[in-house]
Amino acid sequence: MSRNLYDLIGLAAGICFILALKGLSSPKSARRGNLIGALGATIATIIVFFYANDGKALNNQTLILAAIAFGVLVGVPAARKVQMTQMPQLVALFNGVGGGAAALVAIVEYLKLGDGATTAEVVATVFTVIVGCVSFSGSIITFMKLQELMTTRPVIFPFGRQVIALTLVGVLASGGWVISSGGSTPLLVNGLLSLLFGVLFVLPVGGADVPIVISLLNAFTGLTVAASGYVLQTTLLIVAGTLVGASGTILTRLMAEAMGRSLFGTLFGAFTAKAQASTGAVDARPVKSGSADDVAILLNYAQRVVIVPGFGLAVAQAQHTVRELADLLASKGVEVAYGIHPVAGRMPGHMNVLLAEANVPYEQLVEMEEINPTFPQTDVVLVVGANDVVNPAAKTTPGCPIYGMPILDVAQAANVIFLKRSMRPGFAGIENELLYEAKTTLLFGDAKDSLTKVVSALKAL
Amino acid sequence: MASELMSNEIALLAIFLLSVFVGFEVVSKVSTTLHTPLMSGANAIHGVILVGAIVVADHANTNLELGLALAAVILATINMVGGFVVTDRMLQMFKGKPKVKKDAGDNK
Repeated sequence: MSRNLYDLIGLAAGICFILALKGLSSPKSARRGNLIGALGATIATIIVFFYANDGKALNNQTLILAAIAFGVLVGVPAARKVQMTQMPQLVALFNGVGGGAAALVAIVEYLKLGDGATTAEVVATVFTVIVGCVSFSGSIITFMKLQELMTTRPVIFPFGRQVIALTLVGVLASGGWVISSGGSTPLLVNGLLSLLFGVLFVLPVGGADVPIVISLLNAFTGLTVAASGYVLQTTLLIVAGTLVGASGTILTRLMAEAMGRSLFGTLFGAFTAKAQASTGAVDARPVKSGSADDVAILLNYAQRVVIVPGFGLAVAQAQHTVRELADLLASKGVEVAYGIHPVAGRMPGHMNVLLAEANVPYEQLVEMEEINPTFPQTDVVLVVGANDVVNPAAKTTPGCPIYGMPILDVAQAANVIFLKRSMRPGFAGIENELLYEAKTTLLFGDAKDSLTKVVSALKAL
Repeated sequence: MASELMSNEIALLAIFLLSVFVGFEVVSKVSTTLHTPLMSGANAIHGVILVGAIVVADHANTNLELGLALAAVILATINMVGGFVVTDRMLQMFKGKPKVKKDAGDNK
C-alpha cells in the first residue's frame, strides 16, 4: 500500500472520529456517533497491517494478532458485564490502560531509535512518557477510589504539597536528563517518577472532583497519543489524539461548570488542599429518625412526591425497588416525579442511566431547573442516598467545598425524608444542615432494604 | 513531491493546530446527561494508539522491545474495544427518549 493511499484512508478514519464526537454531543445521534467512531478505529487498525511493513505480512504478525485477541477477550466482557454503578470506574480504567499503551509505544520507539533520534523526537517521547504515566497511575487511583478499594475522601498527608512539588521537579528534571544525555536509565527514572506523580496528583482529590479528574486524565491521554503520533510520524494518531485532547479539555471545563467548581481549583487541589476541620466529625445535635411505617404514611397521604436519587441508590442497586415504590404511589393517585441533579451519583448523567435501566418512564425524570420551582407545591421529597446535591450549604456557606454548586431546593417542600446509611456526611464530606430541620425525617439503612420495607408498609396501609 | 511544498514538520504542526480547533468546536455545547457517554466515547477514540502499538511491534528489534510493544497492543485493544462497547451500552440506556413516545411501549 502506498504512503498516499494509507494517509488518505487514515484521513477518512480521522473524519470518522470528528463525526463521532459531533454525534456524541446530541442525544439523537449519540449512538450512531459512537458506532461511526468504532468504524473509524476498525478501519485504521486494519489498514496498518497492509502498510506498516511495505505491504508484506508484519513481523511478529501472529503475536500481534494474539495480543489483539487477548485484549478483546479482556475488554469486551468487562465492558458488557459491568454494572451500571461501576461504569465510571471502568471508563477510568480504560483510560488508564490507553495512557499506559501510549507511553509504552513511545518508549519502544525511543529504544529502537537509540542515538539516531532527533531532539524533537526525544522531547515528544519524554512528553508521552510523562503524561502517559501520570494518566495511567492517576486513573488506577481514581478507579480504586470509585471502586471503594480505598478511601473516597481526599487523602492529605503531612508535607503533601512539598512532596508533590518535589516530585514534579524530579519529573521535569529527569525529563531534561533524558533529553540532554539520552539512554534508557534516565527514561526509566523519568517514567517511575511520573507514575509516582500521577498517584500523588490524584490522592488529594476527593468527592465531586473525581469525575472531573477522570475527564482531565482522558484529555491527557489524548495528548500523549498525539505526541506518540509525532514520534511515529503517523498523521492519524496526531489527529485522533489532538481531537480527544481538545474536546476532553472542553468537556472537563463543562463538567466543572456543571458542578460549580473551578477547573483551576480542581487541578491544583493537590497543592492547595487543606484538611477540613469539620469533616468526618459527627454532629451531636438531635435528628428525627422514623420507621418505615412513618415514611409510608407520609408518602401515602401526599399529593405530590418528588424522589431525589443519589449515589446511595446506585450502591444499593435499588433502582428497581424505587421504581416499584413510585408505581405503587402512582396507583394510589400520588403524583410522582424524580428530581435529577445533573451530577448526582459519581458522574454526570449517572442517575438517568441507572433509572433508565429500571425502565422508569423518561417523562418522570425531571431536570433540576424544571423541578426546583415545583418544590414549594411538593408535599414530600424522598431523598434516596443523595446528600451533597441537596445540601443548602452550597448556597449558604461561602468557603465550603461545594459552595456555588447549583442544588435541588428540597428544603422548599413540606416534608423531606432522607434514606441514609448513616449520619456520615456525603462524598464531599460536608455536614448537611437540612438533616437537623424539623421537617426532615431520617430512615437509616441500606437504600434497597429501606425502600423494600417502605413498599411493604405501603401495601399494608 | 507534495512534501516539498510544505515541510513535513510544518504540515504536522498544521494538522495538530487544526485538530485542536475542531476538537474545541465539536463539543462546545453538550447537555450534562451526555457528558459521561461523550467522555467514554472520546476515551475509546484514543484507543487508536493501537495503530502505533502495532507499528512498533512490527519494527521491534529486541525481545524487550517486542515484549513492551505487545503489552502496548493488549492495553490499547482493551482501551479501544472496551471503550466503544461500554459507550454503546450507556447509550442503549438512553433510547426511548421523550421525543419518541411511541417507542415507549416497545421497550419491553
